[in-house]
Amino acid sequence: MSSTTPSAAASAPLRAARKGRPDRSQWIGLVYIAPAIALVTVFFVIPLGMTAWMSLHNWPLMGGHSFIGLDNYVAITKDTRFWNALKFTLYYTVIITIAIFAVAFPLALFVERPGRMTGFYRTSFFLPVVVGFASASLLWSWLLNVDSGLFSPAAYQLGLTPKKVNLIANFDTAFWSVIVMVVWKVAGFTMIILMTGLQSIPGDLTEAAKIDGANAWQRFTQITLPLMRRTLALALILSVAGSILAFDQFYIMLRGGPRNSTITAVYWIFNQSFVSFKLGYGAALSMVLLVILVVLSLIQLRLLRNPEGT
Amino acid sequence: MAAATLSADRGTLGSFVARHSIGLFLSAIFIAPIFWTLLSSLKPPPPPWPTTGFSIENYVALDSFGAGLWHSAQNSIFVSVSSVLLTAVISLLAGYGFSRFTFPFKNLFFIMILSTIMIPFQSILTPIFLLLATFKLQNTLTGLVLVYVTLQLPFSIFMMRNAFDAVPKEIEEAARIDGARSVALLTRIMLPLVWPGLVTVALFAFLNTWNEFIAALVLMTDQEKFTLPIMMTAVQSGRFGAINWGAVQAGVTVMMIPCLILFLLLQRFYIRGLTAGAVK
Repeated sequence: MSSTTPSAAASAPLRAARKGRPDRSQWIGLVYIAPAIALVTVFFVIPLGMTAWMSLHNWPLMGGHSFIGLDNYVAITKDTRFWNALKFTLYYTVIITIAIFAVAFPLALFVERPGRMTGFYRTSFFLPVVVGFASASLLWSWLLNVDSGLFSPAAYQLGLTPKKVNLIANFDTAFWSVIVMVVWKVAGFTMIILMTGLQSIPGDLTEAAKIDGANAWQRFTQITLPLMRRTLALALILSVAGSILAFDQFYIMLRGGPRNSTITAVYWIFNQSFVSFKLGYGAALSMVLLVILVVLSLIQLRLLRNPEGT
Repeated sequence: MAAATLSADRGTLGSFVARHSIGLFLSAIFIAPIFWTLLSSLKPPPPPWPTTGFSIENYVALDSFGAGLWHSAQNSIFVSVSSVLLTAVISLLAGYGFSRFTFPFKNLFFIMILSTIMIPFQSILTPIFLLLATFKLQNTLTGLVLVYVTLQLPFSIFMMRNAFDAVPKEIEEAARIDGARSVALLTRIMLPLVWPGLVTVALFAFLNTWNEFIAALVLMTDQEKFTLPIMMTAVQSGRFGAINWGAVQAGVTVMMIPCLILFLLLQRFYIRGLTAGAVK
């Protein structure tokens, strides 16, 4: 690709003079984008094709691979553990999205208007966002630890619980601990997106409604929410897409436990590909995940492209 | 009249106090876990109250695990800094190319790069693993850097193209008449004008690569090549014997501090990237 460009650029003046319209000196642009195209081709497009190709094979890490057609996909339909993982991922996605919005929307309303200290509040709520998911998960796995952490020993020492409670030993407390961690980590991000949406609503609209006697709740549901459709859709899609790919927090904080009840879709693919080394089967699972995400992205494009109203 | 003013004042004072009590309380909740870790990492055990003493033994202890914390930190620094530099250069060039030139398949290439954002990279990790092995780059930080840069490109090129689009064409034409050549034009005339966009790109590249977990976990299987998140997860999982939570706190602190400092210093560039990526 990049090897053809210099010659094209060299002959450019001649050709451009003869043909007139397409200015080939412009083709030098190809040289500027060549490194980017090369990287994306080698480390994205080709691997993408390979995933599709590998998904049709029995492909162990060592030894040869053999073409088996759609057998991997047939196996997926019978893989109850994968479907359980997918079910859990969707359950997590629904709960976490609701939780994030429930926290982020009030925060956005709280910091929307500039005022004394507002900058400080915005920054504080946002700080956990810049800490990585791995750091946040490690941090909270310590806070949640039964003996050396914060919550259990603190509750015990304060006399709130008769003995130290292991929060990650059963599904409900473990799951909700992760939810709390992720809300803490992500709410600030959603808050900023919602805040920009809120700020783009013209002030005179709400003023006019106020004069017309609409109360705060009516103004919120009749004016604010409809005008924020695009922003809400964006925040929603970002939250859903991110949650479907959840891995770090469940791997680091819970190791998929207790009793494999918090294995997400990506976690299952990781296990199949890099623990069991069934690379072909992992590739087929990846294709399923990929289709789900692409469909989501297309819905996103539709939602975002449609102008307000409809 | 006077009574009315007084009650209005009381109203604003009341809401002032309410607003800021809520604000401070919420801020405390969001900052507390970070602050608590920082504090505990500098205290000797036992938990949970980090009230007494001062010690850096947690940080010292970290170096006794595997290849050592500082070794992993060096790996992380190498990977992040190289990724930032490469991302900045490649997206600067590509942004310029896409913004200022017309050539065949330009839109196709642009869409190809941007559409990779739709596809979860988690689903192509296996082939990347095999490809790196083919290039003799398995278990090398260089391989990881190339993968990271690729993942940064869609956002970065989008940002840089917009940055170049915002520069009036007249500036360039004037410089061209003065005889500036393409490359000089880019580095001398355009670079200072698209600088803010480049800072945003670099900031996001740093934060994303410094914190990246699953690709590093899959691609770096040799302890010598662990980045900080992988190293710390190994410590936290008890891979090196009994879990030393003090050491985990210290490691988490080392991982968080650069992100927090960079964010606080470059906050407006961060928000700019967030809204540019989000709104458009």
